[in-house]
Amino acid sequence: MADTRLYCTLYLESYYFGVEVSQVQEVLRYLEMTRIPLAHSVVRGLINLRGQLVTAIDLRRRLELPPREENANPMNVIVRTEDGPVSLLVDRIGDVVEVQEADFERPPETLRGAARSLVLGVYKLAGKLLLILDLDRAVQLPGEREELALASA
Amino acid sequence: MEMNDIVKDFLVESYENLDQLDRDLLALEQDPAARDTMSSVFRTVHTIKGTCGFLGFGKLEHLAHAGENLLSKLRDGELDLNSERTSGLLALVDAVRLMLANIENGGAEGDDDFTQLVERLVQLQQAELMGPLVPAMSSVPPASSGKPIAVSNLGPMSASPAAAVLAAEGASSTEIAPTATAPTVEPALAPSVAASVPLATSVGAKGDAPLTESRGGVSDSTIRVDVGLVDKLMNLVGELVLARNQILQFASKQQDAVLTGTSQRLNLITTELQEGVMKTRMQPINTIWSKFPRVVRDLSTQCGKQIRLEMEGQDTELDRTIIEAIKDPLTHLVRNSVDHGVETPAARLAQGKAADGRLLLRAFHEGGKVNLEIVDDGAGIDPAKIKAKAVERGLISAEQAGRMGDHEAINMIFLPGFSTAAKVTNVSGRGVGMDVVKTNIEKIGGTVDVQSLPGQSTTIRIKIPLTLAIIPALIVSSGGERYAIPQVNLLELVGLDGAEAQRAIEWIHGAPVYRLRGKLLPLVYLHRELKLEDAAEGRAGRRLNVVVLQADDRQFGLIVDAIHNTEEIVVKPLSKLLKVLSVYSGATIMGNGLVALILDVMGIAQRAGVVGEHRERARIEKSERSEAVTDDRQSLLLCCVGADSRMAIQLSKVARLEEFARSAVERSGNRELVQYRGQIMPLLRLSDLLPDMSAAEPIGNSNLLHVVVYSANGRSIGLVVERILDIVQESLQVTGEADRPGVVCRAVIQNRVTEVLDIEHLIRDQISGFDRAAAHA
Repeated sequence: MADTRLYCTLYLESYYFGVEVSQVQEVLRYLEMTRIPLAHSVVRGLINLRGQLVTAIDLRRRLELPPREENANPMNVIVRTEDGPVSLLVDRIGDVVEVQEADFERPPETLRGAARSLVLGVYKLAGKLLLILDLDRAVQLPGEREELALASA
Repeated sequence: MEMNDIVKDFLVESYENLDQLDRDLLALEQDPAARDTMSSVFRTVHTIKGTCGFLGFGKLEHLAHAGENLLSKLRDGELDLNSERTSGLLALVDAVRLMLANIENGGAEGDDDFTQLVERLVQLQQAELMGPLVPAMSSVPPASSGKPIAVSNLGPMSASPAAAVLAAEGASSTEIAPTATAPTVEPALAPSVAASVPLATSVGAKGDAPLTESRGGVSDSTIRVDVGLVDKLMNLVGELVLARNQILQFASKQQDAVLTGTSQRLNLITTELQEGVMKTRMQPINTIWSKFPRVVRDLSTQCGKQIRLEMEGQDTELDRTIIEAIKDPLTHLVRNSVDHGVETPAARLAQGKAADGRLLLRAFHEGGKVNLEIVDDGAGIDPAKIKAKAVERGLISAEQAGRMGDHEAINMIFLPGFSTAAKVTNVSGRGVGMDVVKTNIEKIGGTVDVQSLPGQSTTIRIKIPLTLAIIPALIVSSGGERYAIPQVNLLELVGLDGAEAQRAIEWIHGAPVYRLRGKLLPLVYLHRELKLEDAAEGRAGRRLNVVVLQADDRQFGLIVDAIHNTEEIVVKPLSKLLKVLSVYSGATIMGNGLVALILDVMGIAQRAGVVGEHRERARIEKSERSEAVTDDRQSLLLCCVGADSRMAIQLSKVARLEEFARSAVERSGNRELVQYRGQIMPLLRLSDLLPDMSAAEPIGNSNLLHVVVYSANGRSIGLVVERILDIVQESLQVTGEADRPGVVCRAVIQNRVTEVLDIEHLIRDQISGFDRAAAHA
């Protein structure tokens, strides 16, 4: 069974994303947030997770997708990072899926924008594509290097 | 490789012993005749030798043995302790420390070569014949050269088969391993040590084991606790404080008497628990200072200076995290004073000073902060030289230098890129300068200031908070969010209503200012700095809330939408993603479970341009201010007592101003009491205390009592006044002698006759129990 992997899936706009199960701490419904004025726009706020401070990153903004509808509350995918837990704000949570290593492919060269640096690859599933998120990068602010890479691309 | 618990305990204990050795050896150098100290040194080295023999650290044992031989001769009076022998022994201490570090890192002693040092120690045992002097430090190889060897290779070197078996047992035994604190191990070690070498005669009489003896007999009443555990407890208490705050907030909205009672108890217990846990984290400043005698000795020897180190207030306690944070800055400052402060004996004699310089370290508590002072009686700092240097470096212009006062000038040594030492020595002035010291101290909410009398002395004064984890803060809101402002930065609150607010703000080229007691106070709108939308802006007649804050040496008024309560908050650091935002110093979780950001007052001030660009202006103003301080102005709290009598209380006597609901007042006998910060605080009505006031009308109908809290010796008393009027800075112009007890004098303040109260006198007369209780405490 070495050639299968487990991914926690989530929905963002029309896209279907996967995050490696081992990196996900928990999945929570919408939680109230405290805004952080002056912070980068991808940082939506601070969440009180049972007494622990968790920074919330809006994956839509991180991936440069159009904003959510006004009254649609995002859900939280809490992921473990070196810098403690971080919450990824997503539209909806999907199931945990098992994928075949054979179905994996590198992202196409034509991929543009933030997705280019944040999508590690694609699993071709029946009827849809599962985009694998580069978590280490996703929880960082859009850096200069990334922008430079995009500019030259 | 896993280090077993016996070795760990050995390391912990040996490090302590080594620190003790350093101190003892230096004490001996001052007073070579102190036989007790000599015996103690001998025992310590002997213990180290015995234990490492037992644990199979042959090389360390060999070295300690050489030292022990020398020490035994010194102890028996066959040899005298001179400077060379002290240096030799100190080198021994360093070498042992180095090997212990190797053992800690790699489990083995390392392959440093100490044969030279052993030879030197042997040589020092020759009574008359002294070999060529080796400088104190030269025989100690650099610490980095140690290459770990697996401990098993050293097996054959174990002192005796029996000891080796015992060590192996200790290593594998699960019985000892999990709980092996020092006391558990001692009984096992003591017999083997005792059996191998005869003990110093005094040991048998004083304690059963040499290890207990060397720690001064405190082991009976203290236990050693893992720092990680204490930190964890602190975190848990932090969580408990948050939960308590939430429950209190919830309970205040409920009518349930049981819930109210229980939450009150929870409140008291939590407060006490918090204080208790804080105390366990406290360490005396001596944990850092104890290293300094050695530092000063080595350094002054290197520089050819004679320096007497004195310390006052070694017991002053500070939170662990703060102790750690100030260790390096303090060491730097002490080295600096030795290197640049105190002159050489020749220079001192030429100036009519004693040949040996004096370096004084002083620590004491004041106003909820710890003050640390480093005073030397050296050459002092010449402001003219500093100015010249600053101009040369382009830090200030010649014209600015001309206007600058002496105090401001010498404090420029804290500017980045400043070093006045004519020659850069390898001791200090290596670029890592005073600016780093200042930055590090400011990072923990402290301040540093230098004062100097050229030719006579230099005093460096550091003020730091007691603790960082839980701090009192003022909660304000702006743009719909709540923010916490640390109370350390808070000076006062000014509230202006409607029309008054309109008039109060004046504009200079788009910069709002407010006249605070005749001085212009720059105003900063919090919502503008944070780029928040503000619905209320521009609405006429809205109340203006100004939080007057201190940033560096500058004051400014922060305008917020609303001022809420003060709260003890638990500071939580922000994640890396947010660290770049200098306007926040952290975040906390509020009673309602929501997160509030903690404003970094310095960061806000910089963002708003209050400090930074206007630095010089602040300096000049400050020099004016410091001149003004020399007159007899003092801060007075003005209040109304009785119907309309104006009274003033010296602000220095006032701990806090509080408001209590009438319903919170409880009675015991004929005394009024309130529960306040985990204590029962008696309330005194000032109108009752003063003679001839009884005719005044009873205190108004308002549901709130205005209370001036006076504290002494950890006890508080609340003085009920009719109204708090203002805080003023006045030089008292006495217009009349006091005609009743409890009044110092009469003066005209704000064009009104005001009586200045003698609080101590009033309280002494009324509550004799206060003094008694205070005396007990």
